[in-house]
Amino acid sequence: MFYTVRSRLITIGIVLALSIWALIPTNTTQRVRDAATGRMKDTTIRRVPINLGLDLQGGIHLALEVDQSKGPVPDAAEAIRRAERVVRTRIDEFGVTEPVVQVVGNNRLIVELAGEKDPARAKSVIQRTAYLEFRITDMKNLFRDALPEVDKALRQAGIKPAGQAAAAASVTQLFGADTGAGKGRRAKGKPAAKDTSDVNAPGALSSLLFQGQLPGEYLVPEEQVPVAESLLARPDVRRLMPRGIELEWGNEVSSRAARSYRALYAVEDRPIITGEELQDARATRDPLTNQSVVNFVLSRRGGRIFERETGRHVQDYMAIILDGRVQGQPPIIKGQIGQHGQIELGAKPLQEAQDLALVLKAGALPAPLTIIEERTIGPSLGKDSITDGIHAGIVGVALVILIMVVYYRWSGALAVSALTLYVLFTLAGLAAFGFTLTLPGLAGLVLSVGIAVDANVLIFERIREELQHGKLVRTAVDEGFTHAMSAIIDSNVSTALTAFILYLVGTGPVQGFAITLIIGIAASMVTAIFVVRTFYMIWLERRPDMATLSV
Amino acid sequence: MIRLFANANYDFIKWRRWAYGLTAAIIIPGFALFLVHGLNYSIEFTGGTLIQVQTTQPVGTDRLRAALDAAGIRDAEIKQFGTPTDYVVTARLGTGGVTAEGSTQATAAAVDSALARGVGAGQYAIVRTETFHDILTTIAFIRYLDLEVSLVVVGAVLTMVGYSLNDTIIIFDRVRENLRKYRRQNLYEILNLSINETLPRSVLTHGTTMATTLALVLLAGEVLRPFALVMTFAIFTGTFSSIYIAAPLLMYIEKRWPGQDARGARAFRPTGAVPLDAPRPPSPPAPGGSRSKAAV
Repeated sequence: MFYTVRSRLITIGIVLALSIWALIPTNTTQRVRDAATGRMKDTTIRRVPINLGLDLQGGIHLALEVDQSKGPVPDAAEAIRRAERVVRTRIDEFGVTEPVVQVVGNNRLIVELAGEKDPARAKSVIQRTAYLEFRITDMKNLFRDALPEVDKALRQAGIKPAGQAAAAASVTQLFGADTGAGKGRRAKGKPAAKDTSDVNAPGALSSLLFQGQLPGEYLVPEEQVPVAESLLARPDVRRLMPRGIELEWGNEVSSRAARSYRALYAVEDRPIITGEELQDARATRDPLTNQSVVNFVLSRRGGRIFERETGRHVQDYMAIILDGRVQGQPPIIKGQIGQHGQIELGAKPLQEAQDLALVLKAGALPAPLTIIEERTIGPSLGKDSITDGIHAGIVGVALVILIMVVYYRWSGALAVSALTLYVLFTLAGLAAFGFTLTLPGLAGLVLSVGIAVDANVLIFERIREELQHGKLVRTAVDEGFTHAMSAIIDSNVSTALTAFILYLVGTGPVQGFAITLIIGIAASMVTAIFVVRTFYMIWLERRPDMATLSV
Repeated sequence: MIRLFANANYDFIKWRRWAYGLTAAIIIPGFALFLVHGLNYSIEFTGGTLIQVQTTQPVGTDRLRAALDAAGIRDAEIKQFGTPTDYVVTARLGTGGVTAEGSTQATAAAVDSALARGVGAGQYAIVRTETFHDILTTIAFIRYLDLEVSLVVVGAVLTMVGYSLNDTIIIFDRVRENLRKYRRQNLYEILNLSINETLPRSVLTHGTTMATTLALVLLAGEVLRPFALVMTFAIFTGTFSSIYIAAPLLMYIEKRWPGQDARGARAFRPTGAVPLDAPRPPSPPAPGGSRSKAAV
């Protein structure tokens, strides 16, 4: 089939045309969220069909794992698979372009958002993707009643109220602001600090807490949050916590009178329902009242549980807790709720309702996730990396060309021209496999150019040996190719086999590496053997009387 | 025409004991260090946070450190690289990492079993020992330079294993051919001859590969440098192991469990009868142009 120069040239031409076709920039359509309107829209971008990896494009990389610290999760592998689906829909809805969501191993989830312009926002999207539960707040103020004991214990442990003067000042300031604002409804409960001051001087913990507007809601000045956290983490404090009550921080920071406060909620430790039972959540606008509402649907089992629980807790407040953070202010339970429920958000914008709906849906995870690895790569650095990588590539390839041409002269030049085809074929192969070019991939490509000439070196050395044995040019070329073949095939097949196994068992970067290797081997076999052979055939055909070969 | 090491005739195998010593001198202290200090794993293995930042003007690591401390992030590693405005901030978690390491182990095991099936038992033993040597020396090298072990570096080690294997296969391919060709030489001489014959190829291929890895070391920036350094070292250790681990091991195996033509068992040194420098195998270009006498 490939005995004539003509058929060989046609074959090379076809492969070349296919490669160029694979590399022609195409129009791709991406769905992105329009910043102004918040709606999704399609944009068309013209670009080369090789995806640039995170490290070249800039973006963020996150690795998440099932959190087993609070107790073993029965089926972590299944949990992470469900989490993958949830995270993917969630990211898609937020309009990040071409996200990578991938399960690695048994319990790790990789999320890569290449080219993400606003890492903070994207990260918050992922971070909120977590464990959802509904819990009733501390309606009986068990936590507040336990505060004097806690303060006493802390005093015995020798801990003095931090910045007592400042705290004392903030009490009056807070209430001044509150009543001054005239809202009234804000200061329903008595401040915790006041309660304890009857017993003794303001305690270390209670001086940090201010009663919020709901039972079980406390406000902590933003700058005191770390102090409060460390106090609450103490074993002697934890021992004194009332039975059945846990503390969870709110996700929002509210500011009053030029100070910002974070909410701390005392909630029951038993969730009335978890995200597992939640099937769907949608944000709409109530046509009658024009309020933003979130409608949610529970599973049948969840509906039964929820009906029983909400029946017991009418007029109680229900905290929506996602990944240990209370989302917004807990809504009140107005009546018994079955399978279908509704959360009213009042006059808040629809966007907020949409976000809550997403939170609910994303929270439909059977187990909590923690972020264990996080990388942020600035886009400008990615650009620098590309420039550096390309510079190194050019220098490296130039050196290879120099060595080949100086050492093997005309034959070297043939090998070098085949090398340009090699690079083209490899890139086309990468594009055809939808491979993402990363920085290591780029390095691998540069390196492969150095290794790709190996086949040619083997052939040329063999031809030299044959010539040395006094063979005629034509015979020497023929025998050079034939004899070098076994070594080339042996070594390449063994490498390809290893790469194939790597692809089968490996994950993520290892797979990408294996694909580059396999494509590189295939391309180098084609160019070094087939293309260079064809060049020789043309050359010898033109100079049939050639006595010495430039090799 | 430039020819490097054409008709080379070095007695490589003679120096094998020195080579073992050199290997041991590299591996033992490096491995001891590795056992004491472990390796500098990247956050892919340890878990944590890595941020690459570019500032508009040079801020200095002190100010970055202060800002991080204020944000409650302690023990973060701040590294400046490239221009004075580029920084990498790494905060290691120190836990986790089980998955990445586990998958690396699983991959290694799978490759190992594939090798066992792919090549014969004798060759497998050789290949395995050689790979083991390559990985040990590379770990020692990584430890000496205190390079950060990321997945990319693991990738470099994998490439290196393949590359070294290539080298061995090329030499052994020649050994197989020469065993058929030269009936009177013993294995010692055949091995030496084959290494010498493939020497120009080795020099050229390692030269071109080295050209690209050195270009990467010098120009490709801080991120790729560990990868490029490991690859550069790997070219040396891979070549070394193909000559000094694989070849003597073949001799040992042939001596211990002689194959069908038990020439390995005959002698471990050049035979007196056929001196190695006799105008035997790589015969200089004979004017008559007759082929070597040996049958193929």
